Amino acid sequence: MSGPFARGASTAAEVAGRHADSVDRDARFPAETFAALKNERLLGAMVPRDFGGEGASLTDMAAVAHALAQRCPSSGLIFAMHQIQVACLVRHGQGSAWHRDLMARLAAEQLLLASATTEAGIGGDVRSSACSVEGDGDGDDGGFRLEKQATVISYGVEADAILVTARRKPDSPPSDQIIVPVLKDQLRLEAIGNWDTLGMRGTRSIGYHLRAEGVRAQIMPLSYADISAQTMLPVTHILWSSAWLGIASDAVARAGAFVRAEARKRPGTQPPGARRLAEVTARLQTMRGMVRGAIAQFEEASGSPDRLTSMGFAVAMNTLKMSSAEMVVRIVEQAMLVAGLSAYRNDSPYSLGRHLRDAHSAPLMISNDRVLGNTANLLLAHKDNGSLFG
Amino acid sequence: MVSSDDIRDLLRDSGWLTVDASELSENDDLYAAGLTSHGSVNLMLALEERFDIEFPEQLLRRRTFESIGAIRGAVAGLLGGTAAA
Repeated sequence: MSGPFARGASTAAEVAGRHADSVDRDARFPAETFAALKNERLLGAMVPRDFGGEGASLTDMAAVAHALAQRCPSSGLIFAMHQIQVACLVRHGQGSAWHRDLMARLAAEQLLLASATTEAGIGGDVRSSACSVEGDGDGDDGGFRLEKQATVISYGVEADAILVTARRKPDSPPSDQIIVPVLKDQLRLEAIGNWDTLGMRGTRSIGYHLRAEGVRAQIMPLSYADISAQTMLPVTHILWSSAWLGIASDAVARAGAFVRAEARKRPGTQPPGARRLAEVTARLQTMRGMVRGAIAQFEEASGSPDRLTSMGFAVAMNTLKMSSAEMVVRIVEQAMLVAGLSAYRNDSPYSLGRHLRDAHSAPLMISNDRVLGNTANLLLAHKDNGSLFG
Repeated sequence: MVSSDDIRDLLRDSGWLTVDASELSENDDLYAAGLTSHGSVNLMLALEERFDIEFPEQLLRRRTFESIGAIRGAVAGLLGGTAAA
C-alpha cells in the first residue's frame, strides 16, 4: 500500500502474518498485532491533530484494515471494528468535553475500543434495545447504571473501552437509543459461553453480561439513530468490506503464485489453472472497484448529515455489504480451483483453508438476509436517480 | 390542504408509534415516540396514498419525518407543487 500510514501498516501486517496461524489455531486475540499497531500509533490515527492524533481519513484506515487482513483476517477485522468506534467518537464527540478528553486519551494511550450493540431477546436488530440507562441524576454530573445481556462483544476483555447502546430512559421505546462509551474500570464483564468457530477465530466474539456505571456526561449527545445512519452503518460496511477484500486479494495472490510456479516448470505451456486465474482476477477487480467506490461516496458525503441519512446512501452501503460478503466467498472458492489440491492442503504455501473459513463469516456478520430485508424495505420508497455519478 | 390532525389521525391508526399520536405536539420527536426507519417507510407510503403525492428522492431522509410539523410541511409543499426542503 502507499500513503502516509503505509510503513506502519506494513510493519504491523508483517507481525500479524507471523502469528496468524497460532491466532487461528488457538482462537486467541492477536495481541502481537495490536502491540505493533499501538507502537505505530495506528489505533488513534483518526483522532484529529488538535487532540493529539494524526487526522487520518477513513480511506487511510480502510487501507490499513485491508493490509492487515491479507496476512491475518482476524487482525484486520478487529482493527476495522475498533476504527468504527473511533469514527463515531471523532465524528460525533467533538462538541462535548468528556468525549474530547476520551479522544485525547485515545491518541495518547492508543486505547482499543469495542462495541456492545446486539442484545439477547432482540433478535440481532441493533436498532432496538431492551436495556436502558438508569439513574436519578439528570445533569451531566448525575450518575447512570446500565446492565446489558450482550450477545456479542468481540475482543471484549481486551478492549480499553466499550461503546454500549441502550434505550435513553427506562420508559423509552426500543428504537429510542443512545450510545455511551464506558471505560474498562467502569464495567464488569461476565462471559457467557465459549468461542470455538469455523473462522475469524481471533476476534473472540463471545457474549457477556455487562454491568456499567458512569456519569451522564459520557452519553454521546447525538441519538444513536443518527450516529448509526451517519457513521456507524456506512463505516462498518466500508471497513468490513475492506478487510474481506484483503482476504480475497491474498487468495488471488496465492493462486497467482501457484500458476507462475507451474509456468516456470514448463515454459511455453499455459498451466491448467491460468484461465481460472484470469477469471478470478476479473472478479477481484470488480470487488476492489466496488469497495473503492463506496469509500469515495462516503468521503464525498461525509460532511453532509442530509446526504448521509438519505435512503439512497443507506441503499448504497447496504448493497456494498451484501455484495462484498458474497464476493469474498466466491473469490476464495474460485482461487481454490486455480491451485487445486495445493490450495486445499493445510500444509502448502498455497493453502486457502483459513481464507475459506474466514470468508464464510462475511455473509453472517449482520446477516445478509437481514440487510436484504432492510434494503427491500428502503426500496419501497427509494427511487434510483439513474445517474452515473449520483 | 393538509392539517396536523390529518397526520395525527394517520399516525394514530398505523401502530408505528408506541405512544398515542393525539397527545403529540407539532414538534415532538417522532423517533423518540417509537418511529423506526422501517415505520417511516410505511408512513411515507401511507402519506403518498392518502394525499395522492409522490415524495422525491431529496425528501427521503430522516429529518422529513421527524415531527408532525415536518411531515405537514413536506406534504403541503408537495400538494402545492413546491418541494419543501
